[in-house]
Amino acid sequence: MVLNKTKTLYDCQSGEVVQIKSLQVEGTMRRRLLDLGFVPGACVKVLQRSPMGDPVAYRVSHTTIALRQEESSRIWVEEIGGDQG
Amino acid sequence: MNSPSAAIPESLNNLISRATSLSDAQIEDEIAESIYRTSRELSREAVIYTGAGEQDRTEKLDRILTSPIWGYPIMLIMLGVIFWFTIAGANVPSSMLAETFARVEGWLTALFMAIGAPGWLHGILVHGLFRGTAWVVSVMLPPMAIFFPIFYLLENYGYLPRVAFNMDRLFKWAGAHGKQSLTMAMGFGCNAAAVMSTRIIESPRERMLAILTNNFVPCNGRWPTLILLASLFMAAGFAGSSATLVTALILMGMVLFGVLVTLLVSWTLSKTALRGVPTHYTLELPPYRRPKILNTVIRASLDKSWNVLKRAVIVAAPASIITWIFANIYIGDTSIFMYFVNFLDPFGQLLGMDGFIIAAFILGLPANEIVIPILLMGYLSQGAMLEIDSLSELKHIFVNQGWTWLTALNMMLFSLLHYPCGTTLFNIYQETKSAKWTFMAFAIPTTIAVGVTLITATLARSLGWV
Amino acid sequence: MTSYRVALAGNPNTGKSTLFNTLTGLKQHTGNWPGKTVIRAEGTYVHNNQEYTLVDLPGTYSLYANSADEEVARDYIVFEKPDVTVVVMDATAMERNLNLALQVMEMTDRVILCINLMDEAEKKGMTIHDRKLADRLGVPVVKISARNKQGIDQLLDAIERMAEGKITTRPYRVTYSEDLEQKIREIEPDVRKIVGDQYPARWIALRLLDGDYSLLKTLQDQLLNQRGKGVETGELSVSCHT
Repeated sequence: MVLNKTKTLYDCQSGEVVQIKSLQVEGTMRRRLLDLGFVPGACVKVLQRSPMGDPVAYRVSHTTIALRQEESSRIWVEEIGGDQG
Repeated sequence: MNSPSAAIPESLNNLISRATSLSDAQIEDEIAESIYRTSRELSREAVIYTGAGEQDRTEKLDRILTSPIWGYPIMLIMLGVIFWFTIAGANVPSSMLAETFARVEGWLTALFMAIGAPGWLHGILVHGLFRGTAWVVSVMLPPMAIFFPIFYLLENYGYLPRVAFNMDRLFKWAGAHGKQSLTMAMGFGCNAAAVMSTRIIESPRERMLAILTNNFVPCNGRWPTLILLASLFMAAGFAGSSATLVTALILMGMVLFGVLVTLLVSWTLSKTALRGVPTHYTLELPPYRRPKILNTVIRASLDKSWNVLKRAVIVAAPASIITWIFANIYIGDTSIFMYFVNFLDPFGQLLGMDGFIIAAFILGLPANEIVIPILLMGYLSQGAMLEIDSLSELKHIFVNQGWTWLTALNMMLFSLLHYPCGTTLFNIYQETKSAKWTFMAFAIPTTIAVGVTLITATLARSLGWV
Repeated sequence: MTSYRVALAGNPNTGKSTLFNTLTGLKQHTGNWPGKTVIRAEGTYVHNNQEYTLVDLPGTYSLYANSADEEVARDYIVFEKPDVTVVVMDATAMERNLNLALQVMEMTDRVILCINLMDEAEKKGMTIHDRKLADRLGVPVVKISARNKQGIDQLLDAIERMAEGKITTRPYRVTYSEDLEQKIREIEPDVRKIVGDQYPARWIALRLLDGDYSLLKTLQDQLLNQRGKGVETGELSVSCHT
């Protein structure tokens, strides 16, 4: 945890591993994200973008979940590591 | 038993107001996070990862199957390969079945002659019931018994969510739900079942889009029509394996055209009658799992074969009888069926088809499976009764009726785009409980089918291509 | 012979349907959940001469009633009170699957955790200490591989013993922050006064604090219904083919 830069999950590059800081999503979608493991403190690995750039697949709590930009750009994260999950 | 007090509503209301006063916005997150934290601790204690390459295979495959460069080409190739297998594999069993049925028809005719049965009985039962049903079975059974096992293998392997992942951007553009590609995949099997499957889409607006456009995916009952016409007419100039390839490419083109129409119709509706923004959703990409191959193949082919046979008996058999009767009851020197056909003929010609084809589509409303049998029966009822024991002889019948490549193309397009079958419409009504939307589900595709075939016919004629 | 009712809960993609098909074979039928456009699949199987009605609940990630699926699954577990609720879990994603299991365990004592896809987990080099998990969680844990038909007998035996009341469980309850626990303690007695012992008071208290109004509506209907008709054990129609 050298870099302490916060950014959104959407800004992350493929291969990056980040830790979730906060969710700026409300209502049902917030709950859904929490259910899937997008909870503050969780580690997320950015897998890859779909052919047209969006959605993006993420590895979270041993499962792969794809999110559209609408959601991923409202999840704030902090960089923690490089290219391994 | 602790019987509840008489004043349940009041005491509940008291409780609610107390709970509300205690509650705050953080509680929701706290509950979810606490449970998740506990899960994480528990799984850390109880689950030990010793394997190094965990999840590697799925990630590696995904890097290819959903890659910006290879994602779409692979999707198209897979589609093409499925069609290629279906067409190449179905040819031989289809003609074998056709031959067998033709032989049985001969025996039946001999039997009817031997017992001195009246001609009309022989007509209804052998030329109507038996021949119609035999057509449905021999044309439909083999392709369906090959297509679906392959399709289910891909589905069980976990490829379909990747298709949804790859296509999501397009559906988002069209204002539709990302899961619509999954309900469309169901449509390949049966539109009526796919309409039920749209329940996985929670938002009513997006669900309606998925329902209204599902029909643009060719179902079980329309595949054989498309395959038959593509191989008889479009691939006619090619020999052997390249003919199969051309047929497969044409089918792929049809499916892609269906997808394009789906997107355009969804886009138009979401800008007009069903206005709104796409709701949020998340898509899980489960790990690839090697399916039980033999199990899936056997189950799917038996399932589909049984399905086709059942439909053949329930829908095709009665329809064949009715069509035969209409074609053989004369008012003056013209049969009822011919009056109907003659009435429709100008309209059919305008669309690059003919009255028989339109009549077959109209009488085929109960089930798309019977469109081709009705058409053949119509063609055969006027003119010499042909013995058809191979599929290639079919082409002669069509050509004798003045068919060109345009007729075949437009019949394929009409089949792809026209109104959903009776069962599907019934399900749409069940699911939407709205006569208006059920009517729209009929009217939108029909308008498009008429419009597109009118355009291709006019264009081809004015350019002197036919 | 009455049939025990067994509910299958679980995340999507856990092989829940494979298990359902394996157990019920052709003895299944589908319909709609009352008032909901969610498909309801039900089937029967016989184990040691006893018939069981298996209800395949919709696959969900949680049971907070964010969607019709979740509401159906939740209401069935709480209000229809099946004899046994089996939580089908994906061995390769235990963390997320335990998340649902813990929620179910807040709602009922009669829970069996069924860890499916063990073959896949082993291939990935994972070891799952089921005994440890069972000890910590206070409910039976059975490891199976539905598609290879492994562990099915153990699962059926566990279901049998739980349905016959031969297993007592002590489901692990998630502990929340002191502040939230305090609030739960404050309203739990009142909840108990209204719903009696037939519904999980702590869980309802928690849902109330979470502002879950869809649950309240259902709860109120259930209670009023009971008062009108006496005790009702649910309108599930048991299909007896054998």
